[in-house]
Amino acid sequence: MVKKTIHEINGKIRDGSVNVVTAEEMVDIVGELGAEGAAKEVDVVTTGTFGAMCSSGVWLNFGHSEPPIRISKMWLNDVEAYSGVAAVDAYIGATQQSQSKGMDYGGAHVIEDLVRGNSIDIHGISPGTDCYPRKVIDTTINIYDLNQAIMLNPRNSYQKYNAATNSTNHTLHTYMGALLPHNGNVTYSGAGVLSPMHNDPNYETIGTGTRIFLGGTQGYVVGEGTQHSPAAGFGTLMLKGDLKEMSPEYIRAATFKGYGSSLYVGMGIPIPVLNEDIAKATAVTDDDIVTNVLDYGIPSRDRPVLRTVTYGELRSGSIDINGKEVPTSPMSSFKKSREIANELKQWIRNGEFFVSMPVERLPRDTACNAMKQTNANPHVMDIMSSDVTTIREDAGFHDAAKVIMEKQFNHLPVVDSGNHLVGIVTAWDISKAVAKDEHNLVKDIMTRKVVTANPDEAVDVSAFKLDSNNVSALPVIDSNRHVVGIVTSDDISKLLARRH
Amino acid sequence: MMIKINIAANIVTKPILAESILETGALLNISQAHFDPTRGEVVAEITSDQFRKIKDSLVSKGAEVLVLDTPISRDEEECVECGACISVCPVKVFSFADDWGLEVDSDKCIQCGTCIKMCPHNALTLGH
Ligand code: SF4
Ligand code: SF4
Repeated sequence: MVKKTIHEINGKIRDGSVNVVTAEEMVDIVGELGAEGAAKEVDVVTTGTFGAMCSSGVWLNFGHSEPPIRISKMWLNDVEAYSGVAAVDAYIGATQQSQSKGMDYGGAHVIEDLVRGNSIDIHGISPGTDCYPRKVIDTTINIYDLNQAIMLNPRNSYQKYNAATNSTNHTLHTYMGALLPHNGNVTYSGAGVLSPMHNDPNYETIGTGTRIFLGGTQGYVVGEGTQHSPAAGFGTLMLKGDLKEMSPEYIRAATFKGYGSSLYVGMGIPIPVLNEDIAKATAVTDDDIVTNVLDYGIPSRDRPVLRTVTYGELRSGSIDINGKEVPTSPMSSFKKSREIANELKQWIRNGEFFVSMPVERLPRDTACNAMKQTNANPHVMDIMSSDVTTIREDAGFHDAAKVIMEKQFNHLPVVDSGNHLVGIVTAWDISKAVAKDEHNLVKDIMTRKVVTANPDEAVDVSAFKLDSNNVSALPVIDSNRHVVGIVTSDDISKLLARRH
Repeated sequence: MMIKINIAANIVTKPILAESILETGALLNISQAHFDPTRGEVVAEITSDQFRKIKDSLVSKGAEVLVLDTPISRDEEECVECGACISVCPVKVFSFADDWGLEVDSDKCIQCGTCIKMCPHNALTLGH
């Protein structure tokens, strides 16, 4: 049994005799020499990842103004930072969006601008106190003017991540990128063979205090990240590092269209090879790491798993879903992950970076539970109107006009001969038809792309559909596309009014 | 070369594409087609020596023909080579090289714009 200590390895780093390889290179070494031989041969294995880490942010300290202010709310380039802590500290989160530019500029962009040394406009307000009389502050700063700029990421470097696809008939815009209709593509995240936590799945060397590569400089693991769920293979880490030392090579703002901003963070963890079990773990390959392909078309916490898949399959460029070959796209950069693993390797070789043991192990038994919701979560069936009249697609539009008038409905779902929903006509469609004087059947004037709801869908989902599709009613259909009700924006507003 | 054929509502039901192909014998390789009651839009590849005659034929039937000569371009500084653009491109302009860098075969681009919305780093543009 091979046994090494951190002190021995750091001694080798100091005298230049250390043997460091990347996690990719380690696969072949363990293949050739076996775990024991590799453990004797290799002292440190480096990992790396470069991907979107939404849960990132930076603590900033601005120093005191004259006269002093205790800032209660503040904005950096019009992006709100949390400043309900002491007087001149604030936390800027990556996903907070600009009040004026919306999704195109967010906290992540402020962070990248700081790293690049660009100037940032600050606006702060305060109620004023005897000790902090000032009520408003406006100034322009850059990163060098700050006392501290400490990156603190509450949940980063997910051990692995679910892959995403979309079974609906329209494109979805998510933090996993654009998901094309009818499972048109699959996106995934994570560095597979180079994945930091997968190379030490028992967290023997990764824990509180572990020294790591973060954003191009040395950083540290603070402890387990939020939602750390090791039993399910979804361990996470809380990380910290000095933003002032970081590089725009490894800290990059991103915008996911229709979702918002996020920060691409480069991080890597060195794994000291203390024994052959660790050597064996660092030989993990893309084919060994399994994850789920989830259907993001179902807007629920419990998205259906369409299949399991290995990172090897995902990285091959396409996977099979229900007999169809679907192209895959990573959201994180393997090329940059590799650069990070190699840069960290170089630092260690050059004697610029020493490995560390955690001062506290990460928990192995915590679970990520769902939110406890004490208020009832109403479903569409609770508020929909079941008194809904439909019209056949081959009816004349005069008949549709008559129903709309008699029933005082604004929306009339249109069905085919088998009673399946095929469209919707509104009073507006009818007015248009009358004005143009050119159509006479319902199917000629109806909207064919109907946005629908299911009876057991949460009302919040319907509210979002109404809003994002700019429509005012959703026919409620069962699994056979038979219309069982209708829910309007009025029904939902009334419900929400009661809730607030 | 890639061309885009716009067909207005008043002629969208007429088989003008088929007529032009038969008339000129030009091998039009259609890569995208979108039709609805209000208009038609077809993106196709054609060899440059056949371009003139098919254009004249289509234009004489009321269609509009545009040459797609400003394909997708990538800002290499902004691009982090994540590969997010790969799976959304209908004609496989993007792929990974052996070193996992991004390869862009912009000659194939039909300028649909899908990848521009996908790129998290705003690295892609059309028309420059
Ligand atoms: S999605 Fe954008 S950043 Fe990613 S590889 Fe494509 S062009 Fe580059
Ligand atoms: S615009 Fe983008 S997605 Fe569309 S064809 Fe060109 S490269 Fe492909």
